[in-house]
Amino acid sequence: QSTLVIAEHDNNKLTPITLNALTAAKKLGGDVSCLVAGTNCGSVVSELSKAAGISKILVADSEVLLGFLPERLAPLVTATHNQFKFTHIVAGATAQGKSLLPRVAAKLDVSPISDIVEVKSPDTFVRTIYAGNALMTLKSKDPVKVITVRGTSFEAAEVEGGSAAQEDVALGDLPTDLSQFIGQELSKSDRPELTAAKTVISGGRGMKNGENFQLLYTLADKMNAAVGASRAAVDAGYVPNDMQIGQTGKIIAPDLYIAVGISGAIQHLAGMKDSKTIVAINKDPEAPIFQVADLGLVADLFKAVPEMIEKV
Amino acid sequence: MSLRVLVGVKRVIDYAVKIRVRPDKLGVVTDGVKHSMNPFDEIAIEEAVRLKEKKIAKEVVAVSCGPTQAQETIRTALAMGADRGIHVEIPAKEVERLEPIHVAKIMAKLVELEKADLVVLGKQAIDDDANATAQMTAALLDWPQATFASKIEKTDGELTVVREIDGGLESIKVKLPAVISADLRLNEPRYATLPNIMKAKKKKIAKMKASDLGVDTTPHYDVVEVNEPPVREAGIKVENVDTLVEKLKEGGLV
Repeated sequence: QSTLVIAEHDNNKLTPITLNALTAAKKLGGDVSCLVAGTNCGSVVSELSKAAGISKILVADSEVLLGFLPERLAPLVTATHNQFKFTHIVAGATAQGKSLLPRVAAKLDVSPISDIVEVKSPDTFVRTIYAGNALMTLKSKDPVKVITVRGTSFEAAEVEGGSAAQEDVALGDLPTDLSQFIGQELSKSDRPELTAAKTVISGGRGMKNGENFQLLYTLADKMNAAVGASRAAVDAGYVPNDMQIGQTGKIIAPDLYIAVGISGAIQHLAGMKDSKTIVAINKDPEAPIFQVADLGLVADLFKAVPEMIEKV
Repeated sequence: MSLRVLVGVKRVIDYAVKIRVRPDKLGVVTDGVKHSMNPFDEIAIEEAVRLKEKKIAKEVVAVSCGPTQAQETIRTALAMGADRGIHVEIPAKEVERLEPIHVAKIMAKLVELEKADLVVLGKQAIDDDANATAQMTAALLDWPQATFASKIEKTDGELTVVREIDGGLESIKVKLPAVISADLRLNEPRYATLPNIMKAKKKKIAKMKASDLGVDTTPHYDVVEVNEPPVREAGIKVENVDTLVEKLKEGGLV
């Protein structure tokens, strides 16, 4: 039994979820290898080689892999698989992992297992369905299990004590004519990243407009928090979609989650209900968010938030 | 080149329905429960219809793999502006065991038969939340994929697509033919008007089975059990901001 973990990174640094995926891989048992594929990604290889429990880091470093296009990465992963015959191929359930792994699975004629929250045994996994309203335990019958891992459900593996061997993998003939990477426009912020922040403050439809989110940014800056939003706030055009917390957005589990003007639709709860402490501020005492909140404050957010900014 | 577009539309439990796990713990209650078109598929249909309105597409074909009632979902797509439908009938008891790999194989086969140039699918269905069918369809066809699309522009023989990624947005170009998966902000789906609902009744829906397309729908996994998620206990209500901040400080959270 052996597992290949697809490392996610930006060619400079490892994306934190890779370490959660690594923990899931270790739970599967057996040998763990990692694939670092990118363009001038040497620093990622050296960062990852310090993580314990990896026997081998497979490296594919080429201009051709610029932009991590799945049309090129998928054949690279399947070729690597054909060489080493892994029993499991694992990645984080991120935009990148979710784009790549089903494509790999189709090429291997197996059913991908998306966004698992628990490893029961090497062939049995738990995943959520219906926006987290039900948990399905499934037993895969496929010879190779192709899995994406929900980061918040597994601890991050330690990045010390390891000294994995490195080995280059052959790039082979990748289809470079199908797709082309043009560029990225990443939201720039001095605040912590949503999925990594210890404190997250989110706004919903109750914020009334995009400008009012400034209140949350000010509070966030005082608390070293990230700012998120409900799908309702995104749909209403208040904030961009990359701030969305929920089943169709990001799934997070910070130490402290503060929901402001969020009613608590099922699909939103799915994205944040594993937070350690949940605070809800909403003027409607019947809002479903209060059913999951550890601390609820029934109040007008436009009075309560400025007061909090003063007092925290 | 004017495109023939295939759009997948899935019949799912309506997003507003509270899900209940079945007593046999092998699925959720679907009998007597309101169903509708998967919301991401509405966005997919809308985008395809807009491509037709811009004369980029010549025909929009709505495909649904599901039980007899999936025809209602196809009718909705037709009322929104799709030209015709294909219903791949899946026996009711097998519906919940139909996996993205099966649907992707059906879509790939239909692409061949229909000589389609573009497939537009929702990024995920809100029942199994798998987020896989578009990627797998593209892989089976060896076509490029533009997942989580929030903007599509056609240029000569290719599409420029803006995608929603974790830290923001990404732009890529994909060569046609291609597969797109629709994200939330791609568009706002229209409501079907009464005249269009009436017109949709006259549009044709072809019926077939997965086996007619040579697709084997044997499950790749067994469902061991389906459970309710653990219930989080409600906490306390605090009177004012002072108490809230005090409690947070007690907990070492601020």
